Amino acid sequence: MTTNISFLLNGDKISYEIKDHWTLLHLLREEMGLIGTKEGCGNGECGACTVIVDKLAVNSCLYLAIDVDGASIETIEGLASTNGTLHPLQQSFVDKGGIQCGFCSPGMIMSSKALLDENPRANHEQIKHALAGNICRCTGYVQILESVEAARDKGGQNE
Amino acid sequence: MKAFKYLSPKTIEEAIAFHGQHSETAKYMGGGTDVIVKVKEGWMEPDFLISLKKIKGLCELHKNDATGELSIGAMVTHATLEKSLMIQNEYPIIYDAVSNIGSLQVRNVGTIGGNLINAVPSADGAIPLIALDGVALLHGPDGERSVEVKDLFIEPYKTILKPGELLKKITIPPPAPHTGSAYIKFGRRAAMELPLIGIGVLLTLEDDLKTCAKARICLGVAAPTPMRAFDAEKFLAGKEINEEILIEAGKIAADESKVRDSVRGKAWHRKEMIRVHVRRMGLKCIEIIKNNR
Repeated sequence: MTTNISFLLNGDKISYEIKDHWTLLHLLREEMGLIGTKEGCGNGECGACTVIVDKLAVNSCLYLAIDVDGASIETIEGLASTNGTLHPLQQSFVDKGGIQCGFCSPGMIMSSKALLDENPRANHEQIKHALAGNICRCTGYVQILESVEAARDKGGQNE
Repeated sequence: MKAFKYLSPKTIEEAIAFHGQHSETAKYMGGGTDVIVKVKEGWMEPDFLISLKKIKGLCELHKNDATGELSIGAMVTHATLEKSLMIQNEYPIIYDAVSNIGSLQVRNVGTIGGNLINAVPSADGAIPLIALDGVALLHGPDGERSVEVKDLFIEPYKTILKPGELLKKITIPPPAPHTGSAYIKFGRRAAMELPLIGIGVLLTLEDDLKTCAKARICLGVAAPTPMRAFDAEKFLAGKEINEEILIEAGKIAADESKVRDSVRGKAWHRKEMIRVHVRRMGLKCIEIIKNNR
């Protein structure tokens, strides 16, 4: 019950022998050691495990690894440039206080990235709708929404 | 999570053959947003998961311009429906329902077919399809058969599907002129919530734009399965639609509902919300009809 799959992970071509019942979250965290993606509820309720598969935000805890064969995956590890410069969304979350404990942040940022990649001019309501599946127990969401709006207003560029 | 073998058939026939080989130990899977949770929790223990993702044609969302019939493949995701301008403009009741299922992450993966076959009493996806007189096309070892979406459900988590049978698509007959439709998922919070009660209303008016030619009032969480409020529908048919009439229809619908107390809400509250929202959704239908004129 093992299968060989190939996929793009943050732009790098990867081949991996996986077990059929592994979730994408298990593959990323437990097998590949990419622990930026978090496991919250494990049931698709909290959004902490959000990654982008073929431009769509998905809960990696409910997504089978075998289903990413041939797909392109983006995780939080792929956002900052190799020299350490943060992605505009990451920088915004830091600047605007969109992060407290930080556990929901990778999921929040990946959901926000999927939205802004699709709709760079998303309005307040559209941002709320896209982030409704990401639960934060610290911030009360106001700073998170401000962070995403600030990143949107910078048009994907750091100041 | 329990180990299983993943099977990825390319055709419906191949999927049914796989199911035939492994019968009791095999489960079909759509997007997996319900099935994976069930396997993780141990409520479902398949040795074989038959994914329907690679089957051609099941993902098609198509309106036949000649006949006006809408065809929704079982594997069409909620997000695909939500983002479709055709759905937004011509089938607002579908948009209202699917745009608030789960989260965007769930809607990007979860399918309309999975939502129906999972058969929870609260299935947001079922209500609009019932209101639109949708027909489900099933395919099993004995071939194809059609059944109205309203007759798909037997009890919570149970549909009329026979072993090995799967849902292929849902077809919606062309809506009559002067038709409006709307759905509200009423709950305590806006996001990541199952409805306390779900109310869908569809109204078709005569050419005078006053008299009700057809009414559909469909309720979720009002009974063990999604239900139609037939008494309220009959009451509306042939009447001149105004707010007083809709208030009366709301009362009738609340009375014929089989709401009960649950951890998420009380029966009396659910009844009150049926009354309130049958009126509101009815008024929304009228507004849609007037705007489209």
